[in-house]
Amino acid sequence: MTLPTYNFAYLDEQTKRMIRRAILKGIAIPGYQVPFASREMPMPYGWGTGGVQVTAAILGPDDVLKVIDQGADDTTNAVSIRAFFAKTANVATTTKTADATIIQTRHRIPEERLQAHQTLVFQVPIPEPLRFLEPRETETRVMHGLEEYGLVHVKLYEDIAQHGHIATTYAYPVKVEDRYVMDPSPIPKFDNPKLGRSPALQLFGAGREKRIYALPPFTEVASLDFEDHPFTVQRFSRPCALCNATGVYMDEVVTDDRGGRMFVCSDTDHCETRQADGHRGPGLPQLGPHAASDRESAR
Amino acid sequence: MTDPILSVRGLEKRYGSFVGCTDIAFDVWPGEVVAIVGESGSGKTTLLNCISGRLERSAGEIRYRLRDGRFPDLAELSEAERRFLMRTDWGFVHQNPADGLRMRVSAGANVGERLMAVGARHYGDIRRTAGDWLSRVEIPTVRIDDQPIAFSGGMRQRLQIARNLVTHPRLIFMDEPTGGLDVSVQARVLDLLRGLVTDLSLAVVIVTHDLAVARLLSQRMIVMKGGHIVEAGLTDRVLDDPRHAYTQLLVASIPES
Repeated sequence: MTLPTYNFAYLDEQTKRMIRRAILKGIAIPGYQVPFASREMPMPYGWGTGGVQVTAAILGPDDVLKVIDQGADDTTNAVSIRAFFAKTANVATTTKTADATIIQTRHRIPEERLQAHQTLVFQVPIPEPLRFLEPRETETRVMHGLEEYGLVHVKLYEDIAQHGHIATTYAYPVKVEDRYVMDPSPIPKFDNPKLGRSPALQLFGAGREKRIYALPPFTEVASLDFEDHPFTVQRFSRPCALCNATGVYMDEVVTDDRGGRMFVCSDTDHCETRQADGHRGPGLPQLGPHAASDRESAR
Repeated sequence: MTDPILSVRGLEKRYGSFVGCTDIAFDVWPGEVVAIVGESGSGKTTLLNCISGRLERSAGEIRYRLRDGRFPDLAELSEAERRFLMRTDWGFVHQNPADGLRMRVSAGANVGERLMAVGARHYGDIRRTAGDWLSRVEIPTVRIDDQPIAFSGGMRQRLQIARNLVTHPRLIFMDEPTGGLDVSVQARVLDLLRGLVTDLSLAVVIVTHDLAVARLLSQRMIVMKGGHIVEAGLTDRVLDDPRHAYTQLLVASIPES
C-alpha cells in the first residue's frame, strides 16, 4: 500500500481545525479580524497564501472549486491555485461561476449573483482598513475596540479636497452591521454593493498578516461616505467589446501601439457565457450578410 | 465661586526609584490659566503628561468636572470615556507642532479630524467650520488644502491650536507652545492665545520655562524644582514678590531690559 504524498487539501488536520475555529469566530463577529497561526504555504506571500489556507480548511471531497484572479480564470495565479487543489485534494474544478461551490478570488466578485450554497474566499494583502492612517497595531486594535472610526473619514475628506470627489476606487472601506469598519480586500468599489445582503458566505484570508474575517450570508454592509458626497460606483460609457454587456466591471485592453484600446468584461466566465448565448460586442469581427448594418448600428 | 474643573491631590510619578514629580496638589478653575514653570528636568512636563492622561501616575488623585457635573477621578473612567474626553473636552498643544498634527493631510482635514471623530459626516459643513477656524487663527483660508509641511513654524503652531479648539473644549494643556518659535512669531502666537482663551473662557494648564510667557498668559503660577512644587500663587505676586529662594533666583535671572 502506498501512502498519499499529502494530507487531503495539503494542510494537516490540526491546522485546518485551527483555521476553522478562526473562521467560525469571524462569522460570529462579522467584520472582526480574527488572528490565526498562518502557515507557510508553497507559494510566496502576496499570491494568496491566506485565501489558500481558508479554502483548504473548508474544502470537502464533493466541492467544485473555481479560482479567479481579477475576474479571470486563465491567469497564472488562478491556474496554479486551481491545479494545486486539483492535485492535493483531487476535487473537481470549474471556470463556471454557477457550477462552483467554492470560489477563491483575488480582487473581484463574480458578476453572476452568488447563491446560498456557494462560498466566496477572498485573498487579502492588508486586512487593516486603518493601517495607512495609523501605523501602530496596538492603536488600531483599540480604535476597532472603541469604534473610533473618524480617521477613515479624514482619508475620504482628503480625497474630496484634492480631487473634488472620493477618489478611492478599490479597497473601499465598509462598515459591517453598523459596527466594524472592514477592508473588503482590493476589489474595485464597483463590487462593494455585492458584499451586502449576499446569500453566499464570504470569507477573507490574509496569510502574511495572519488574519481571517468573514461576512455571513445576508450581512448588512455599508460603504462609508459623506452626506453631501454619497458613495457611487464606477460607470462605463461603452458596452463590453466582446459580449456587449453593460453594467459590468471592465478591463481596458491595449490593442496596438497607435492608441487602440478596447474595454472588455473583467469577469471572463461572464463574458464567455454571454458570447456562447449569442451576444456579440462591437469589438468582434462582424459576420454574415448584415455585417455592414451591424457595424452601423454599433456606432 | 464655582467649583474647580480640575483638582490634583498628592500626585506622584516615579520612574523606578527616580522621582519624576511628587506631592503635587493644585486646583484649576474654569476660565483660568495656570502656568507651571521651572528649569528643565524639574518634572513639569511629567506633571502635565500625568494630569492629561498621557502618562500613568504612580500615586495620587486627579479629578475632572464633566459637563454633567460629575467630578470623578480620571482612573474611574473607562478607556472609551477617557479617550472621548481627550477628543472633545480637552486639547493638548505640543511644543513641536509635528507631534500634534497630521503632517501629510491638508490643514482642513487636520482641523476637521476632531469633528469627524465625533460623528460629523457632512463634507461641506466640516469644510466651512475648518475655514472659520483657520481664519480665527489668522491662517489665510486659501491655504485650507495645503499640507502642514508647507507651513512655517508659527503657522503650524496656530494650526495646532485651531485643531484643538474646534470641538469647543473646556480644558487645554500646553507644553511650551512657543518654545521653538522666533521672538516676533512667539509674540503673535501668544497674542492669539490670549485672545482665544479670553473669548472662549478656556481653562488652561501651560508648561513653560519662559517667565515672560507665564506673566503674559496666566493668572496663577506654580514653580517646580526637583519634582516638587516650591511655590504657588497669583502670577503677579510670585513674580513681584518671590518667597522661595529658587523662585527669587529664577526671577532675578531675567535680564532687565
